Amino acid sequence: MTTAIARQGPAPRTALPFSVISADARRPLATSFVGEALMVSLDDLAALFQLAVREDALAGGVTIGYKGRTVILTAGQALASTGGRLVSLPAPPVKDGRRWLVPVEFLNRALGPIYDVRLDVRKNSRLVLVGNVRVPRVAVRQEPSGSQTRVSFAINPKTSYTISQEPGRLLVRFEADALDAVLPAFSPLPLLQSIHLSESGQTIALDVGPRFGSFRASLAAQDEGGVQLIVDLSPAAPEQAPAASRGGPPAIPVPPPPDLQPPAAQPTAGALRTIVIDAGHGGEDIGARGATGVLEKDITLALARRLKGAIESRLGVRVLLTRDADQAVPIDDRAALANNSKADLFVSLHANASARQTVSGAQIYFFSADHAADDPRKTTMPPQTLPAFGGGSRVIEMIPWEMAQLRHLGESGSLAGAVEEQCRDRVRMNPSPVLQAPLRVLAGANMPAVLVEIGFLTNPDDEQQIVSDAFQNVLSQALVDGILRYRDVVSQPRPPQGTAPGPGRQPVRRRP
Amino acid sequence: MTRGRRIALVALTLLLGTAFAVAFVVLPRWLSEPPATPSRAEPAAPPATPKIKARIFHVSEDGQHLVAIEREIPFGEGTLAQARRLVEAQLERPAPPLVSAIPEGTKLRAVHLLDTGELFVDLSREASAAHPGGTFDEILTVYSIVNAVTENLPAIRSVQILVDGREVDTLAGHVDLRRPLHRGASWILEPTPRDRANQD
Repeated sequence: MTTAIARQGPAPRTALPFSVISADARRPLATSFVGEALMVSLDDLAALFQLAVREDALAGGVTIGYKGRTVILTAGQALASTGGRLVSLPAPPVKDGRRWLVPVEFLNRALGPIYDVRLDVRKNSRLVLVGNVRVPRVAVRQEPSGSQTRVSFAINPKTSYTISQEPGRLLVRFEADALDAVLPAFSPLPLLQSIHLSESGQTIALDVGPRFGSFRASLAAQDEGGVQLIVDLSPAAPEQAPAASRGGPPAIPVPPPPDLQPPAAQPTAGALRTIVIDAGHGGEDIGARGATGVLEKDITLALARRLKGAIESRLGVRVLLTRDADQAVPIDDRAALANNSKADLFVSLHANASARQTVSGAQIYFFSADHAADDPRKTTMPPQTLPAFGGGSRVIEMIPWEMAQLRHLGESGSLAGAVEEQCRDRVRMNPSPVLQAPLRVLAGANMPAVLVEIGFLTNPDDEQQIVSDAFQNVLSQALVDGILRYRDVVSQPRPPQGTAPGPGRQPVRRRP
Repeated sequence: MTRGRRIALVALTLLLGTAFAVAFVVLPRWLSEPPATPSRAEPAAPPATPKIKARIFHVSEDGQHLVAIEREIPFGEGTLAQARRLVEAQLERPAPPLVSAIPEGTKLRAVHLLDTGELFVDLSREASAAHPGGTFDEILTVYSIVNAVTENLPAIRSVQILVDGREVDTLAGHVDLRRPLHRGASWILEPTPRDRANQD
């Protein structure tokens, strides 16, 4: 990924990066201006779209190969021959040092016709859409209305969303791969300081002003399958805003109380619908073994069933188990189940082992991308075929599995932190309670994911405790509370990919 | 006459004997005296195999980290040979109270080095089959090898562990080994004076 955003030549003027949105990933694509034309590097495209780029020095051009089909570019000509047909480009390709730059329109005009899935370039929102992705258009407008400030979102096509409140801002998060967002030119108002798109690209943040007190949201149908969401912001002190129910259908989630801190357990409506619980190991793979013969695979299954019951009864969301028997489940199938059932969270349960008996306590892990960010194979892997839940398979193009979890590192870290926070006073925690490591089962999960090591089977006290009903009940409840806690922050914007933490342990929170 | 002949015979025998002795014993010994030095060079004390100092990683006393132990290991000519010596040293069982994070019986089968600075460390099947499991233990297993190589040999940027000549997903179901791993400094605890005292 870093190769895709690396800039080598100072000559062109760097522009804001685009985001390449596919069903499974969101990746940055560096851009630069050459004159008035917005250009991208062919090397970056080669890595992102599995292209073979070959320079023809004699002819002064470049041949781009994709699955036996070719696009031919000639230096100085604003034309491309794609699959034998000529298409025009807004600017000729340019050689900058050792790399070739092409106009961003190369993607839809030249590469699109020979590419397997649809390629769409949305210049205004700096998006490249690959295949069938959910990218609704969201036009945001803002207007004062009396003592209130009204923000309207015209959403097309209709897309579900959640609104959550955080100190200093409201977040409108859409169930989409990205947003084709049109944001208003805007000067700060007493109730509303700014409107911007979060770095995750799926959330529009309203930074509220010091006088903001509460908000009210309502939804109105629009023509052509779109909807209009209206968010009215009211000032804090004197008068409570009148209901802004302009004939719209039912208002969505009740606004939180005026103090900007929502209560801990207040659910963010619709944030969690499906959770996949993974009982580690199984079948011939017994996992770790305690001194008295306790097997990790048995403990994880018992706890998974218990946790499923606890989540279903307390959160009312769907819970799927990666296994509900003593059976071997390939490691890829575990994340695949979560991906294919569009799970919102993935929690893998394990029991630990150490070469030293004294090591004890629970640890919460989330993924780290230790794997060479500059590993050449990372960007040149062939398409992968994944087993699909319920039979068949599906192809994830161009992108190794790690990338799936990389998108969620920030949220996974929050989940790990929330779980640890709820566990720490109820179960024995290891001195390193939250750790980050390149764990195989988490790598492919395309949602926030953690792996919980409930204790050390190699420690006699832990082993004895782990098998007890009391411990498993307490731990299950702590995990549910951790998930609830996480749900409160579920709409926080994600950190940009480039800041993905490095290898090793990056404690989110450590006890002294 | 007979008597005179007998004396002559004895005299001749003595003379021949003396001549023989001079020709085959004294003379060669005398002649060989000057060049004696080179031929006397029977293998002198075998040259001491050169050693280098290297940091080898074992499980810390509290079990929460890896600690580096400075050890002398055989010198290897070139990065690849040195990498082999390093991994071999890393696989040796340490003296108590040190504990290795690597399953007992694990042997080094081969090392391969790519131009790109990736080292492939091919371990015997015990690395996986005899692994006690557990995420934490597996992390320490993997990073004791990765760190030993990458810390001591800057030319090696990343390490991929193979088992029985094949790429593996994991050793025991946790740490992703499908790609080379970089040095994991965060798993290392810098040695305490007590650890230093334990060094050999």
